[in-house]
Amino acid sequence: MKIKSLKLKVFILSLFTASNAHAMHISEGILPLNWAALWFAIAVPFVAWGLYKLKKLSSDDLSFKPLVGLMTAVVFIISCMPIPVPTAGTCSHPTGTGISGTLLGPAISILITAVALLIQALFLAHGGLSTWGADIVSMGVMGSFAGFLTFRVLRSIKVNIAVSGFMAGLLADWATYATTSVELASGIRGDSAFMPLFTKILIAFIPTQLPLGILEGAMTAGMVTLLYKKRPDLLVKMRVLKPEEAI
Amino acid sequence: MKVQICGTIILSIFLLLTFNSQLSTASNKWQGVDQTVVEKLAKEHGREARKPLINTNQGDLLLFVFLLAGTAGGFIAGYYWKELIGNKRQKVKDKEYGNL
Repeated sequence: MKIKSLKLKVFILSLFTASNAHAMHISEGILPLNWAALWFAIAVPFVAWGLYKLKKLSSDDLSFKPLVGLMTAVVFIISCMPIPVPTAGTCSHPTGTGISGTLLGPAISILITAVALLIQALFLAHGGLSTWGADIVSMGVMGSFAGFLTFRVLRSIKVNIAVSGFMAGLLADWATYATTSVELASGIRGDSAFMPLFTKILIAFIPTQLPLGILEGAMTAGMVTLLYKKRPDLLVKMRVLKPEEAI
Repeated sequence: MKVQICGTIILSIFLLLTFNSQLSTASNKWQGVDQTVVEKLAKEHGREARKPLINTNQGDLLLFVFLLAGTAGGFIAGYYWKELIGNKRQKVKDKEYGNL
């Protein structure tokens, strides 16, 4: 009981000491129109797939609804939460798509990421409307698929659930920022060569995203393990676990 | 129990160190990677960020909007978490009292 109260106090303290928020998705106007349109065109089918999957799941069974609601809130909060990285002296944010991709599958994870990104672009000066498609592709598509696939592959070779969750979160974060580097390099390079600029951007992200990826891995491992202990039935229903793996 | 206490202490030290140094350093410290990486490199290549459609990045307005968004998001997350875990407890209760 005392531990819970102490954790709560630490959490509240951290809320009150928060500083100015900084946008960390690709901001409005950074990408040229043709590149912004291309990323939109890539993102649209994935979002449509997410809508279709959500509709299909809703018609079959509504018991997963609280999990979708929880994940939407988690992705929204985590992806606009600036976390200071003392080793780099900068702030950045985890993505949350490692957790949602693992627990809900990539389709619904992409959809909820698109919703979270839209709200952030509209009201939080976080990302942009013209760069919404690019942000969906990097955070939603790549993050969700990286998290989902990493978890499934590791579980298929009998890796521990916490370790699989950790790796899913870690790689979802790194995949997101690697894709952001591709989007930025291709959009802003002009006549310059792609590879040197891409490498430069990727290297610039490393001091911040390397530790944040580890943090995201820990968060994902914690969430997956917690749900495994509390609601293994739901994880079986969402095909995260096989029935025989549930406690 | 010991692990939990150690975890809480480490978390507290991390948060205090992080935020203390944040409070005492110059304003250009702890910038987001949007400014230190994305916007900086974009500017070098002739691309600059535009103002957002609804510009909440004015004075403390952005802090207020973030606070509002965090509060709403926190309540929604808490509500659905209760739904997820509460249902399980209800099921156990129902089983114990023979309602199922």
